[in-house]
Amino acid sequence: MQLTINGKPRSFEAASCNVANLVHNLDLGGKRLAIELNGEIVPRSKFEITLLADGDQLEIVGAVGGG
Amino acid sequence: MSDLLKIADKTYRSRLLVGTGKYADFAQTRAAIDASGAEIVTVAIRRTNIGQTAGEPSLLDFLPPEQFTYLPNTAGCYSADDAVRTLRLARELLDGHRLVKLEVLGDPNTLYPNMIETIAAAKILVKDGFDVMVYCSDDPIIAKQLEDIGCCAVMPLASLIGSGMGILNPWNLQIIIENAKIPVLVDAGVGTASDAAIAMELGCQGVLMNTAIAAARNPVLMAGAMKKAVEAGRDAYLAGRMPKKLYSASPSSPTSGLIA
Repeated sequence: MQLTINGKPRSFEAASCNVANLVHNLDLGGKRLAIELNGEIVPRSKFEITLLADGDQLEIVGAVGGG
Repeated sequence: MSDLLKIADKTYRSRLLVGTGKYADFAQTRAAIDASGAEIVTVAIRRTNIGQTAGEPSLLDFLPPEQFTYLPNTAGCYSADDAVRTLRLARELLDGHRLVKLEVLGDPNTLYPNMIETIAAAKILVKDGFDVMVYCSDDPIIAKQLEDIGCCAVMPLASLIGSGMGILNPWNLQIIIENAKIPVLVDAGVGTASDAAIAMELGCQGVLMNTAIAAARNPVLMAGAMKKAVEAGRDAYLAGRMPKKLYSASPSSPTSGLIA
């Protein structure tokens, strides 16, 4: 399964594909972040039940220093 | 005496708001913010660096949410759509947090705000329940329009972002302050402590800065200087300055009892 994450293509096994698994696979578990799937925000409470499909576009963002 | 800054129904003791960018490291960021006494700190929203950040500390680890009020910004956004999208992500990131700093830029060289896009974004965000502190040009008509839209604070520039040029148009700021029923804060352009004091003496409710502290040779020392300048400027404003006169025939020392 091909996903585009933060503008870059990435391949994943289709077997375990919800947003919670993706976060785990990307080593982002426990980090404070927000996720957009195809332009729609996925609330943290829905990570487990939000399934991913081939071609999905994701944005994963966090807070950084800024003025 | 309690002289508190009130923004969107919440009160703050400090009238100095600070950014968290451009510091050498997170420890210096935290030390400077502690020295500044700021309670509200701006943060930017950016793509997470996947694969390289596992286990690395993050900014928020150094600025615990119990101790600071975050002000997520839209720095780097050049359209209303991008700004709105960024702040919706920020709201999700920060568990429903409503207080935000809206800025929509118009030009990468000057970082001057695009007020047409800013106004469009402000309308959407206010309707969506955000408490919008808005970075704007120092145009009194624009500032009033942003207030009418429902923004909770207007933040005109003193001079261009990161320029350190100080307050270039105190007259416009004064008109904005006179007309506003919401807090007016100077955002951008402050270079050194006297600039912050002047902003406060004009009657600003607060000052927001980043580069003036982070780009100082000693950021922590400058943060403390800014704290004092904002407090001194505020007190001077409340105290009411003496009128300016070209000269005075009324000396401060007694005119009688001179030895000759």
